[in-house]
Amino acid sequence: MTTTLHMHFPGLWTLAWRRLRADRVAMAALAVVGAFLLLVLLSATGLVAGDWEDEVAVNYAPPTFVGADATARALAQAQLPRVVASAPNDFDPLAAELLELKAQVAQSHPPVDKRMTLPFGADKWGHDIVKKTIKGGETSIVVGLAAALVAVALGTLFGAVSGFYGGWVDDLFNWFYSIFTAIPSILMILTVAAVLQQKGVATIVLILGLTGWTGPYRLMRAEYIKHGAREYVMAADAIGASSWSRMFGHILPNVSHVALVQMSILVVGFIKAEVILSFLGFGVPVGTVSWGSMLNEAQNELILGKWWQLAAAASAMALLVTSFSLFADALRDALDPKIK
Amino acid sequence: MFAYVLRRLWQMLPTMAGVVLLVFFLFNWVGGDPAYLLAGKMADANAIENIRRQLGTDQPYTVQLWIFVKQILTFDFGNAWSTGEPVSHIIASRLGPSLTVLVPLTILETGFGIALALAIAFVRGSLTDRMVMVACTVGMSISILVYIIVFQYVFAYQWGLFPVQGWGNSLGENLLTYALLPIVIGLAVSIAPTLRLYRSFVLDEVGQDYVRTARAKGLKEGRIVWVHVLRNAAIPIITHVMASLPALLIGAFLLERFFGIPGIGREVILAVERSDFPVIKAITVYVAAATMVFNLLADLLYQAVDPRVQLR
Repeated sequence: MTTTLHMHFPGLWTLAWRRLRADRVAMAALAVVGAFLLLVLLSATGLVAGDWEDEVAVNYAPPTFVGADATARALAQAQLPRVVASAPNDFDPLAAELLELKAQVAQSHPPVDKRMTLPFGADKWGHDIVKKTIKGGETSIVVGLAAALVAVALGTLFGAVSGFYGGWVDDLFNWFYSIFTAIPSILMILTVAAVLQQKGVATIVLILGLTGWTGPYRLMRAEYIKHGAREYVMAADAIGASSWSRMFGHILPNVSHVALVQMSILVVGFIKAEVILSFLGFGVPVGTVSWGSMLNEAQNELILGKWWQLAAAASAMALLVTSFSLFADALRDALDPKIK
Repeated sequence: MFAYVLRRLWQMLPTMAGVVLLVFFLFNWVGGDPAYLLAGKMADANAIENIRRQLGTDQPYTVQLWIFVKQILTFDFGNAWSTGEPVSHIIASRLGPSLTVLVPLTILETGFGIALALAIAFVRGSLTDRMVMVACTVGMSISILVYIIVFQYVFAYQWGLFPVQGWGNSLGENLLTYALLPIVIGLAVSIAPTLRLYRSFVLDEVGQDYVRTARAKGLKEGRIVWVHVLRNAAIPIITHVMASLPALLIGAFLLERFFGIPGIGREVILAVERSDFPVIKAITVYVAAATMVFNLLADLLYQAVDPRVQLR
């Protein structure tokens, strides 16, 4: 395929991009998704939110627009040294040493100037909610993207082999497909989570990827059956291209748009799934922050009237997922204008 | 008809065998040695040997697989590791509370979904239609967790309209007090995706020739949509409802957990938390079987709704 050919006849991708660009909603959604991905990149490299674990404010410092309310003031009051009757006396033989020890501690740990309020508030430990949300988003989005990549790669591989070869190979994969679809996905995920005892980002990517391949498989298999009989594939066969080269060199580029749309749909589902798994404690390990672990903390804070962590994690997630869904819809329409 | 059902049941066997093999593989190879899980951290070799003998894990894999198959066929998975309660009793007693939430929820969701989808078919392409679709997209992107946390806090904790959590002994009490808020939340979460889906089913039918014919005959728009279109859109709707029933059983697990409802979903979570393998194994196998049976029921219902459908 030469570039000159592309210049004269706009290809599938060029046409799709033109349609996509004309769609204002899609472009706005793409901009939001892009902004989130940029944040993930900056956060992963430590340029942004690398210091999210610093104690920068008082416990549960409220958002600025609420104002440093009475609670925050009361909390700050409570943190001032209250005990004054610590002068050395004759009854306590260790009093003098204790006083010295306190002085040493005060010297080595100078009191941090904690803020009374932050733009979006602080959590139980005085962490900045904005930075925490960005860091949590990094985990959630990376898990969602990586799991979707695993699921689509598996689905494409299985679908290609199954659809291309047919026969008993196809039967075998269809059998696998029917087994995996007979078990509801959430139960499948929990079952695998129960079996894989160790927690971690890699484990959860594996769980979601291994249970999510069925959707892409079904579509890619159909595409490979369709394309396997096309003339260009027969021509490739005639000039001696191997099965492998026909499957992945010739057919794959022509059906990759299906994989891309599947991927964009799966990412949304996996981000939501990761949040639920982490919330339940089957997801990211303790010490790693994700939107799910933030919601888990926020659940108990709500009773105390501290709603900002919940609001931050929930709205960041809703914004990303809405944009991603709108973009996925538009992408599907742009790549396959027949389906509406 | 009878031959069809028989053949479909026959075709389920390889899939069911696959599910059993998959579950067996997961828990016996990947899951590690349950003896270490059961014996705890301070186990000596003797205790572990004992547990292995009790569980039968010292036997060859073929024998273990046979034990597993026998367990499934006799509905007897032994006792739960964590509580010692018989697994069959766990499943039987947890089914009721799950269904108390699930059945009203499914009926309401389907009813509202169909009514709204048909109503939107009247105004398709209009601003209202687009606004509803945007609202659906936004509604779907809010995590079910957020719905549950916020609704429980506002309606139950702050306003005291519902009990925060709990479960009673009689069906009436549960339906009228404890199940109400979970059903409301379930509805709030599921109505957006359901409406989107049913709308597409309805719009597929609205574009068909028979609708044009009906219009040409001078039928009222209301009759066309509510009678003609509904009847034809019912097939994918039935498939969807039937297919989602077994998954719903598990899908309501967050609701059950938050509201302290002693159902199947909460049991799964507890079992995963406690690494209680017999419970998870049993539930997975039975839910898979239920999924296949409900798929068959969906196909049988096809014919009841649409006589043109030939079951072969």
